[in-house]
Amino acid sequence: MRVLAAMSGGVDSAVAAARAVDAGHEVVGVHLALSAKPGTLRTGSRGCCTLEDSRDARRAADVLGIPFYVWDFAEQFKAAVVDNFVEEYAAGRTPNPCLRCNEEIKFAALLDKALGLGFDAVATGHYARLSTVDGRPELRRSADEDKDQSYVLASLRPDQLAHAIFPLGDTVKDRVRLEAADRGLQVAEKPDSHDICFIPDGNTQAFLGAKIGVRPGALVNDETGEVLGEHRGVHEFTVGQRKGLGIDRSLLDGTPKYVIGLEPATGTVRVGSARDLQVTAITATDPVWPSGVPIDGPTECHVQVRAHGSVVPCVAELVGDSLEISLREPLSGVAPGQAAVLYRADAAGDIVLGSATIAATGS
Amino acid sequence: MTYLDHAATTPMLPEAVAAMTEALAELGNASSLHSSGRRARRRVEEAREDIADLVGARPSEVIFTAGGTESDNLALKGIYWARAARGKKRIVVSAVEHHAVLDAVQWLGEQGADITVLPPDALGRITPQTLAEHLGDDVALISVMLANNEVGTINPLRELAVTSGDIPLHSDAVQALGTLDVNFADLGADALTLSAHKIGGPYGAGILLLGRDVPCVPLLHGGGQERDVRSGTLDVPSVIGMATALRIAVTERDRRVAELIRLRDRLIAGVRAVVPDAVLNGDPEARLANNAHFSFPGCEGDGLLMLLDAKGIECSTGSACTAGIAQPSHVLLAMGADPAMARGSLRFSLGHTTTDEDIDAVLAVIGPVVERARSAGLVGARRGEGR
Repeated sequence: MRVLAAMSGGVDSAVAAARAVDAGHEVVGVHLALSAKPGTLRTGSRGCCTLEDSRDARRAADVLGIPFYVWDFAEQFKAAVVDNFVEEYAAGRTPNPCLRCNEEIKFAALLDKALGLGFDAVATGHYARLSTVDGRPELRRSADEDKDQSYVLASLRPDQLAHAIFPLGDTVKDRVRLEAADRGLQVAEKPDSHDICFIPDGNTQAFLGAKIGVRPGALVNDETGEVLGEHRGVHEFTVGQRKGLGIDRSLLDGTPKYVIGLEPATGTVRVGSARDLQVTAITATDPVWPSGVPIDGPTECHVQVRAHGSVVPCVAELVGDSLEISLREPLSGVAPGQAAVLYRADAAGDIVLGSATIAATGS
Repeated sequence: MTYLDHAATTPMLPEAVAAMTEALAELGNASSLHSSGRRARRRVEEAREDIADLVGARPSEVIFTAGGTESDNLALKGIYWARAARGKKRIVVSAVEHHAVLDAVQWLGEQGADITVLPPDALGRITPQTLAEHLGDDVALISVMLANNEVGTINPLRELAVTSGDIPLHSDAVQALGTLDVNFADLGADALTLSAHKIGGPYGAGILLLGRDVPCVPLLHGGGQERDVRSGTLDVPSVIGMATALRIAVTERDRRVAELIRLRDRLIAGVRAVVPDAVLNGDPEARLANNAHFSFPGCEGDGLLMLLDAKGIECSTGSACTAGIAQPSHVLLAMGADPAMARGSLRFSLGHTTTDEDIDAVLAVIGPVVERARSAGLVGARRGEGR
């Protein structure tokens, strides 16, 4: 096959590209330039797509002996991921930009371009297992539980997954680093990336504040209706947040307070106790089924509502275009905008059934 | 392999390699006072006289630098600093300059210079009328390239020099040197940037031709080796390699240019025959003999480049930033091109090793390559509309 290896400049995508070469594919490396004004040097584990990352990707491609190009996706990335991120926060939701990037950039804009130019597939360094079962894609968790990225890939459609390759799915990260060193890849010891790549200083509040501005409102005790304080905008809060609420202690009863709801229309941040965060019902919209097969009737399965979040048993049912999920055990900090990803309820519990966007929660 | 990116760099001429190789084994700092030093100095000064003779300059007007970028920076910053001290604080620069000029000017702007950007016409040319409209008593210097590195359009530099009057005029002649008659005295510019590796000389060697009466503050301070305007131990082998390459470029120019035009016109006609909607950018007449720059509607330049590269054909999307990203060319945008069209552009630049077989190779694949890139481009456009 002709395979386009997306190379971020990190160790995972470099080893993924190497494995694609070993598998006998004709591989071309492409680094996606996602920022119109990339930084020159990388700072610690923060961010990506600096010029240094581009150079690291190029050097890895050199070692593998494959052609390498940098493609500019800055405009598409800004429109589909960054602007969406800001809009979602402004609307009181908590988006997952990595998921969005996979849906709209890596396995959409990039994949389309690759297919158009004659490639058969896009290979990435994601930690998830992908195989074909009965002619349909089957997406499973990574062999490395800590690194598993099936959550941010679960919203890919079968036509996208049909052209995806995840060569690292069956390997743990430590082995990937060892393999990189064995292959002479300079990035073997490069730190993992964390946080959000387009917010290199890690200060999401400041980033959103600069984009959205000040939209003042009140922090309100959900139980009593009492105003506990003022804030600069609902975009500075996430459901489940406890720190940085800026509430005068004298107004509190001594128990920890959390953000339990956001109402952008009125600028209200609803504050309550840990108990108020407990969610047992989730309504999620725009479901996607990686295998192409929706669940049929009430289905016992497992649900995960955050990247690296905990997993609980549930019953999910498709009602019209929405997914109604009843949790067998309560979950806390379930934020609208995040994905609810369903996994099959077998012993391993690692096969993705589907993914949908959390719209509302209940208890 | 078909190499059609000679505007980026061109193979060194064997004569230049031989002369330079010999010089590399020779001892001597041209600033030393003993006989080894004097021998080195003699070789440098002979090369300087040769070069001056070949480009219509006086030997004292030849300043050796480490390349075109340094020459541009020295001329722009040096002349600006010297003139700004006398109250002249405006720089008039064309919009289609190389980044070595534009970015230096932008930096000077951040330091307090006033910047006037000259718009080109649709062919990429700066006319004397445009220049005249933007001059005034406050102008420190003017910078307009002799020929554009992307689209190949040649500017009417002699007329621009007349229009500029007493205001110093700098011109980046890096792309012009191999194929145009570059004569410093005739052109009437006050400073001219030249580079060795574009004409078959070594990398990292350049010249600033600087009129004797043009004030210029140094960028590099030190030994003051070059007229006190540029310091640094003279790179004797590079100077010799550059002089050798320049002699061949100039003496063989007429014959070579005729051949380049024949090959280039074959390429242009052939591409148009296969891809009828391909647009030739730049001036169809007053263009560099080795330049063919096209926009392919509906295509993206990076896709075209990759597909051609896979077929062993090396060309350029025109301008690349440090990350290697193909961005819509500032030259085409300044010429009024649609950004989408600008993205779908390729520059083929021919040189002394180009043959009919190279042109055949392009013409054999350009049709399917454009078709393929177009289908990839259309998918992207559809997705964009779907949102």
